[in-house]
Amino acid sequence: MTVAIKRPSQTQSETVSSSPNGTGGNAIEAERMSVFYGDFCAVRDVDMKVPSNKITAIIGPSGCGKSTVLRCFNRMNDLITSVRIEGEVLFQGQNIYDSEVDPVEVRRRIGMVFQKPNPFPKTIYENVAWGTRINGFRGDMDEMVERALRSAALWDEVKDKLQQSALGLSGGQQQRLCIARAIAVEPEIILMDEPASALDPIATLRIEDLMKELSEKYTIIVVTHNMQQAARISDYTAFFSVDDERTGNLIEFDDTEKIFTNPGQKSTEDYITGRFG
Amino acid sequence: MAIHRQQTLSQPADGLMPSGTAYHEQVAARQRRGRTWAIVFQATMLSGIVALCALLLNILNQSFGYVAIVNTIDPTELAVDGVPLNELPKDNLVEILEANISAGLMRRYENDMPFTERSREDVHDLILERVVEPQVQATWGLFDSIFARGSVFAEAEEQFPGSDVYFRSWLTTSFISKSQSSEPLRAGVRTAIFGSLWVVAITILFSFPIGVGAAIYLEEYAQKERLLNRLIQTNINNLAGVPSIIYGMLGLAIFVRILELFTSGAFLGIGDQSTANGRTIISAGLTLGLLILPLIIINGQEAIRAVPNSLRQAGFGLGATHWQVIWHHVLPSAMPGVLTGTILAVSRAIGETAPLVIVGASTFIALDPSGPFSKFTVLPIQIYQWTSRPQDEFRNLAAAAILVLLILLLSLNASAVLLRNRFDRSRAIA
Repeated sequence: MTVAIKRPSQTQSETVSSSPNGTGGNAIEAERMSVFYGDFCAVRDVDMKVPSNKITAIIGPSGCGKSTVLRCFNRMNDLITSVRIEGEVLFQGQNIYDSEVDPVEVRRRIGMVFQKPNPFPKTIYENVAWGTRINGFRGDMDEMVERALRSAALWDEVKDKLQQSALGLSGGQQQRLCIARAIAVEPEIILMDEPASALDPIATLRIEDLMKELSEKYTIIVVTHNMQQAARISDYTAFFSVDDERTGNLIEFDDTEKIFTNPGQKSTEDYITGRFG
Repeated sequence: MAIHRQQTLSQPADGLMPSGTAYHEQVAARQRRGRTWAIVFQATMLSGIVALCALLLNILNQSFGYVAIVNTIDPTELAVDGVPLNELPKDNLVEILEANISAGLMRRYENDMPFTERSREDVHDLILERVVEPQVQATWGLFDSIFARGSVFAEAEEQFPGSDVYFRSWLTTSFISKSQSSEPLRAGVRTAIFGSLWVVAITILFSFPIGVGAAIYLEEYAQKERLLNRLIQTNINNLAGVPSIIYGMLGLAIFVRILELFTSGAFLGIGDQSTANGRTIISAGLTLGLLILPLIIINGQEAIRAVPNSLRQAGFGLGATHWQVIWHHVLPSAMPGVLTGTILAVSRAIGETAPLVIVGASTFIALDPSGPFSKFTVLPIQIYQWTSRPQDEFRNLAAAAILVLLILLLSLNASAVLLRNRFDRSRAIA
C-alpha cells in the first residue's frame, strides 16, 4: 500500500525563506537523521532543512558522509543491504522512510545525477525517453525529449544525432545528458553527487551555469569537493566534518556568503581557509 | 644501455637502493627473467597447438585412404550384353537379383515393398548388398596412401590377391544421409545426427531459461549474506565439477525410472513403449540439461555481475522498479556474456557420452527419431560404439563420424557467435 506524496502547492514552492533553518518553503528536511553501515555510524543526527528552488551545497572533508547524506534524500542507500537509517526525512511533510512509502515513487520525484557520467548504452533519444516511458508518460515523446535536452543546454549539440549512441558523446555532454534524463521525469528536487568532478574546467563551467538556470525550476542539492564551486553557485552551504570515530556530523548550515565570509564555527573556518581538510 | 645516475641528483646516501652499474645489471637481470617467462608461455601455447594438430591429423588420416575390397561376384560378370551393371535398366536388375538370390529372400523383399514400386537405385543397392557382396579386406591411412602408395598396392596384391584397391573417402554425402548398418560400406550417421540435434534442442530449452532465471535471482534478488544463499552458491559451484557419469545415474534414476510414465510418452499414448521404456530423447535432453545447468548459472551470474553498478543506479534514480532495471538494462548488457557461457556449456553437452550410456542411448538403431519420446542414439555414442568394434574399417567410420561431430559443433557454435554479435551490435546502436 503506497501513500501518494502531496505535490507542493504553487504558493509554497514560490516562497523562499531567507534563512535555511527557517520554516516554510523547504523542499526536504532531515530530522535527527543517522545512517549506519552495519554497526558503524556513518553520519549522526543530521538536522537540515533544504529550501526550495535554491542551490544547496554540501561540503566537507573526504569520508565525512556528504554523499551518504545526499543519497538518503532519495532512498538510494536502500540499494545497499547493510544500510540502516534512523530519524526522519520529510518531503512535503511525509517521511520518505515510512513503511508505506514506495522508494520508486520517491526517486522519480527526487532525481539524481551521479559523479561519473553514466548514460545508458542506448541512443541519446532513448536515454531521455526511457525514464519517462517507464513512468507512464503518454504525451508527445519527441517534443518531451527536445524540451529536456534544451533545458540541459544540450539540444544544439545533439539535435542531428539523436539516434546515435550516447556513449559517443564527450564526458561533459554525457553529464548534461544525464541531467536532461533526470529532469525529463519532472522531479521536484535534483540531487547532484560531485557532478563536475570528472570533467575539465570548461565542461565544469557549463554544468555550473546549467545548475543556476535549473535552480529557477528545481531545488538542487549538490555535493562538491571544490569550495570555489560551492561559493560560486550555491545559495546555501552545509559543512560536514568527521569526528574521532569517523562519524560524520553537520557542523554548520547557513547562507553560502556567511559560511565563506563569517563562519560561526571554528572548524568551518579552518576547513574553508585550508588549515584542515 | 646503461643510464648512470648523476651524482648531482639528490639521492639518499645510505646505499640501500642500488645505483650505477649494479643497478643497470639488476634491471637487465629482471628483464631476462621476464623474457624467460614469455618464452615459457609461448612454448605452452605451441604445445597446445601441436596437440590439437596431432588430433586433427590422426582423424583425417583415418577418414580417407585406400581400401582393398573383394567382391563375391565381380560386377563385370553381371553385365548384360556388354552393358555394365550400373547402367542397366531396372527390369534387367530385377532379373539379375532373381537369378542370384534364394526365392525365399526374394519373397521377403517383395513383401517389404513390391519390386514394381521400388526405384532402380534401390534394386541396384540390393544387388550390391546381396549379390556383389563387397567385403573390405584392409584399409590404409591417408598418409600411407599418399606417401607409400607403392607399398600399399604391393601389400594388397600379396595379402589379398584379386582384390580391388581404390581410394575411398569415408566421409561422403551418403555417410551423412544413410542410417546405421552393420555393413561398414553402407553405414551412415543420419540417425545419430538427428538424435544429437533433438537432444541438444531439449537440453537448451530446459537449461537456458532455468539457468538464466537462477542467475538473475542469485545476483539481483538473493541476499548474499544469508547462510542459505551462500550454501546454494557453494553447491552450484561444486555441482559444476561433478563427473558427468553421476549425472547419468541421476538421469537414469529420475527421468528413466521414476518419471517413466512421462518420459516414455505413455501419458500421451505415444512413443515406442514396447522398447523405449523411458530411455528416450527427452530423458537424455533433461539429463544433459541438468549437467550443464550449473555452468549456465555460474556464467550467467558472472555476466550479470559484470554489468556496472552505475547503470543500475541510473535506472533506479529515474524511478524505475527493480524489474524494469533488470529487464531494460542489466539483461541486455549481460546477454552477450550469458550467451557465451551457454555456447560453451552446450558444446560440452553435444560431446557428452558417459551420461547417455547410462541413460540408455541405443547403440544400434536404424530408425530416425520422430519426436522427444523416441529411442535415440547420438554421435558420440555412435563413435564410441564403432571404435569398440574389432574390424579396422569401423575405426575409419568412427573417424569420419568424429569429423561430422566436429563440423556440427563448429556450425552450432558459429551460429551462436553470430547471434551474440548481432546482439552486441544492435545494443551499440540502440
